[in-house]
Amino acid sequence: MTDQTADPTPEVHVRVPRYSGAARINHWIVAISFSLLALSGLALFHPSLFGLTALFGGGQTARWIHPWLGIVLAFAFCGLFLRFASQNLPEHTDIVWLSRIRHALSAGGEEYLPEVGKYNAGQKFVFWSQSFLILILLVSGVCIWDRGLAYLEATIGFRISIEVMRWAAIVHATAAVTTIVVFIIHVYSAFWVRGTIDAMTRGSVTGGWGWRHHRRWLRRKVHEGDVKRSRGND
Amino acid sequence: MFPPIPNPDVSVQKPQFGPQDLVRRSASTVPPPTRQLTPVAKLIDVSKCIGCKACQAACLVWNDLREEVGENRGTYDNPEDLTPDSLTVMRFTEWINPGTDTLEWLIRKDGCMHCAEPGCLIACPAPGAIVQYSNGIVDFIHENCIGCGYCIKGCPFNIPRISRVDNTAYKCTLCSDRVAVGQGPACQKACPTQAIVFGTKDEMKAWADDRIKDLKSRGFDHAGLYDPPGVGGTHVMYVLHHADKPHIYASLPDNPRISPLVKAWKGAGKYAGMGIIALSVVAGALHYLVQGPNRVTKKDEEEAERLAEEKT
Ligand code: HEM
Ligand code: SF4
Ligand code: SF4
Ligand code: SF4
Repeated sequence: MTDQTADPTPEVHVRVPRYSGAARINHWIVAISFSLLALSGLALFHPSLFGLTALFGGGQTARWIHPWLGIVLAFAFCGLFLRFASQNLPEHTDIVWLSRIRHALSAGGEEYLPEVGKYNAGQKFVFWSQSFLILILLVSGVCIWDRGLAYLEATIGFRISIEVMRWAAIVHATAAVTTIVVFIIHVYSAFWVRGTIDAMTRGSVTGGWGWRHHRRWLRRKVHEGDVKRSRGND
Repeated sequence: MFPPIPNPDVSVQKPQFGPQDLVRRSASTVPPPTRQLTPVAKLIDVSKCIGCKACQAACLVWNDLREEVGENRGTYDNPEDLTPDSLTVMRFTEWINPGTDTLEWLIRKDGCMHCAEPGCLIACPAPGAIVQYSNGIVDFIHENCIGCGYCIKGCPFNIPRISRVDNTAYKCTLCSDRVAVGQGPACQKACPTQAIVFGTKDEMKAWADDRIKDLKSRGFDHAGLYDPPGVGGTHVMYVLHHADKPHIYASLPDNPRISPLVKAWKGAGKYAGMGIIALSVVAGALHYLVQGPNRVTKKDEEEAERLAEEKT
């Protein structure tokens, strides 16, 4: 915590690739559809937020576009899942990391944490929560989607009772609130841990970022020779 | 047999009630009205209904609706269910009375019950799409409706239907447009046996009492009025010859009430959800104020460089 403010933009000589172009495009499709889903969904969730429908050109549009954005999100998220699942498997260091969550939440607390690989336990938590919650939102969302249900009934004879729809509405609203909270944690972490957003805009991070936050991952990348070195600031 | 109910005055009149008489408005609040209208009610005497469907036809005509020609599914129900165009449907049940071992043909005119506590209105997320007047009429205001179908989940009677044409919800209006100018509902006016009558809620209860006495004198010991207290009473009521078992009338709910799921979703759930989201935003802001940004230091960059150098 000592020399934090002393040199806010240290010279960078090493950059480490973190996400391919395809992974970043995939991520941004998820990010944008998710944000639009949150806005159109919240508009119906509480009367004080109904004004958000204006962003979509009115209540009717917000209502019909929401489930279609949900379908886009579900497909796009499958892509992210396939890309990242194997790197998010739990391991022993996650337990140590979680038991020292207090240090993880303080700037400069990294020295008390075990060296982490590509993802720390917090990031894995976000990954698995969102995977699970989006699945729940998809299933419960379809069960309260008037048009979608009419289509499913006409094509495969799928029908649910109104009581099931009521359950679906409650489950959808609960999962939506939870997924939005996890989203806030995710976005805030990316903002708080400076240098992280580079990973999604440029596809690479600085060596120092890797050293500080994902040292085991950095060691592996260096070992594989997958780092870019340069003289002076790039 | 029945003296015809005299035609009310048909000269052009100003509506007797309007937006100033709202007691509830979906997803919004209304100022308490300055006057209380006399509660009205439509009474449907199931024991007098002959299943002629004149009311269904009158409803289509008055509301300028046309139903598609359907298919016969082996029952007299036509159409098979309520639709955005058929705001009322006669539901036919063949019931064998276990006491007398005789077949009874039960015919119930289905449609919106105009609940005093309307589940549809409580569930609706669009401000002003569903309103309730102090005379008890629950009405859908189509220009405010977004077609989400939440009202279907809120209604204990499975009444509203979403139109595929304009994507808004439809149900019986209790002919609010006619009632506002002193006319009875179209279905009531068309009924040849006066199985449907309309008036103030008190008058209709008194009328029902007479009918129930008559039915009891004819051996229907359990004849009674259907004005379910679970939804605060309704402004469409039935006289049933077997009021002890409403479910035999094409699944009329015995004890309708707004589902506790809907109440949780629309009540505590809303506040809890908003609170939790607000809390996480505040927690983030506080964390930032206390911790400041987590920056990569010069030392970190140097360490990374050293590591990379070692390798090469
Ligand atoms: C994954 C596929 C999804 C589908 C199929 C879906 C579908 C639906 C449907 C049909 C509704 C009812 C309103 C309407 O018709 O527009 C709804 C409401 C809602 N959705 Fe989704 N949704 C999905 C994902 C999401 C996500 C990711 C979020 C959160 C970011 C979300 C948040 C909400 C909220 C807050 C509501 C309002 C709930 C309420 O009124 O209590 N949905 N959704
Ligand atoms: S569909 Fe029903 S719940 Fe949705 S806005 Fe229209 S009236 Fe309200
Ligand atoms: S019967 Fe259903 S649609 Fe009619 S007022 Fe009651 S809750 Fe609303
Ligand atoms: S009261 Fe009017 S809208 Fe309702 S069923 Fe009768 S005719 Fe139709």
